[in-house]
Amino acid sequence: MTGPGAADAAPASALARLLRRKLALAGLAIILVVVGGAVFAPWIAPFDPNDQMFDGLTLEGAPMPPGGKFLMGTDLLGRDLFSRLLFGARTSLVIGIAANGLALVIGTLVGITAGFFRGWIGGILMRFTDLMMAFPALLLAICLAAIFQPSLWIVAMVIALVNWVQTARVIFTETSSLATRDFIAAERTLGASTPRILFRHILPHLLPTIIVWGTLGISTTVLLEATLSFLGIGVRPPTPSWGNIIFENQTYFQSAPWLVFIPGTAIILLALAFNLVGDALRDVLDPTQRGRD
Amino acid sequence: MAAYLIRRLVQSALILLGVSFITFFLLYVLPADPVRQIAGRSATAETVENIRQQLGLDRPFVVQYARYMGGLVQGDMGRSYLQKTQVAELIWSRLPATLLLMAGAIICELLLGLTMGIVAALRRGRALDQTLMIISFVTVSAPQFVVSLLLLYVFAVRLGWFPIGGYGTFAHLVLPALTLGILGSGWYSRMMRSSMIDVLRADYIRTARAKGLTRARIVLRHALPNAILPVIAMIGIDIGIFMGGIVVVESVFGWPGIGQLAWQAIQRVDIPIIMGVTLVSACAIVLGNLLADLIAPLIDPRIRLR
Repeated sequence: MTGPGAADAAPASALARLLRRKLALAGLAIILVVVGGAVFAPWIAPFDPNDQMFDGLTLEGAPMPPGGKFLMGTDLLGRDLFSRLLFGARTSLVIGIAANGLALVIGTLVGITAGFFRGWIGGILMRFTDLMMAFPALLLAICLAAIFQPSLWIVAMVIALVNWVQTARVIFTETSSLATRDFIAAERTLGASTPRILFRHILPHLLPTIIVWGTLGISTTVLLEATLSFLGIGVRPPTPSWGNIIFENQTYFQSAPWLVFIPGTAIILLALAFNLVGDALRDVLDPTQRGRD
Repeated sequence: MAAYLIRRLVQSALILLGVSFITFFLLYVLPADPVRQIAGRSATAETVENIRQQLGLDRPFVVQYARYMGGLVQGDMGRSYLQKTQVAELIWSRLPATLLLMAGAIICELLLGLTMGIVAALRRGRALDQTLMIISFVTVSAPQFVVSLLLLYVFAVRLGWFPIGGYGTFAHLVLPALTLGILGSGWYSRMMRSSMIDVLRADYIRTARAKGLTRARIVLRHALPNAILPVIAMIGIDIGIFMGGIVVVESVFGWPGIGQLAWQAIQRVDIPIIMGVTLVSACAIVLGNLLADLIAPLIDPRIRLR
């Protein structure tokens, strides 16, 4: 893994090995379906997600159960659940990717800087990371989100601010062990500049870790967004999100359980998919794990 | 040992100081105004100003923080803005419920997680192993509120085995503890499985097998004590995850613990309570981590405290 050639050959074979794993394939399939549903939502959705339809409620004014005209039934306001789910997928994915991307960037920067420069900069950064670890993450996120009266982007930011810590710790550990390796010392002796060492030699070695944590992190982010929205402090209705669909309908869940369990299943499946792919990526990209289950 | 303990305690105190500062600062700069909440919508500007002065919220940030910390070192966490009760008293009265829930949850997740992990390791590569690992993946991918609502629907609404929510009897404890337990079990089963597989490969296990010991004895007496080590270390770390999880689970089940207290306080911008609960949670997390590190060498003497 130390030569530049190894890095070039790795992606193709890693992908091939990834595709040989059934669970990872299942995960990728779920992700593709959700992404497809989100991208093509306006064309797939049978109804407008915000249209409170006349015939969307029973004569008593209750939501319609799944089946018939409304594939997954309707919600309390007579809106088509399937259409709302499709548009809700956009919210989950956008927040999942944006929030997690931001968290990944912060975590990687902090981890690399602390791991490579050690000294007082590294000390301060890692003490700060320890401090963030002592925060009850969900409580902090709830607190921030509740007080901010959030929009989509604020929710993403709140999640990112809470979620960068694990990445920073992992990257820190890897960078500090890389920094003491012989090939880095050799580079230094050859007169390579610090940026060159960081970007040409350290970063490529961290890439597998970043990819793995990036994938696993999306799952955490999707769950956190759903939880915040479920509490009514995430994405605001009428913009549909899988979490706030449950939030809006939970008072009625004893008589209309599909309104809670269909979006709930969607959340679990999406988080599961990213976990499966991330876990498989970890096995595939980490040479020390090869040959094990 | 003593030197190590002292250093760790000092570190922990510094971390808590940092947590208190950051939380206080965030609550100070955030746009929500607690005085508006107390005074109500119809209050005149004068009343609002009066309340602000009474609470000392018109002072500069540093003064406010110093006053808070001054009280804190004497055990005074301030008064709730809206309930007019001492925050320490409120938290103290809610703590037993939360501790009970945590104990129940830890028992559930250990029972579920360790069993699943051990069985999977012993049946490695077979269908049972794969099924168990898929189950544990699902449990770590499920949000607390979905599992809470699912258990509520099946066991309380449909089957009527347990009450829908509330506090008081053992039956009330089962569903919330099970929710947290199921969610936590996935990590434990995966950890337990991989740790058990590593240990079962070790030379001393082969020796034990060669001696003709029974499989049960090898697994339980020889492999388990070593394999369980990294798993034990997780219990301390788990406390952090619990502290967040209880906010959701307690409010879904109407469990009167500090999670519910925090959630109500957050909705009303009752800053002293938010501060108090955050600090108590952070304390629990820091102590949990410390405990995990202190326990490790007792189980495995090769681990030295540094």
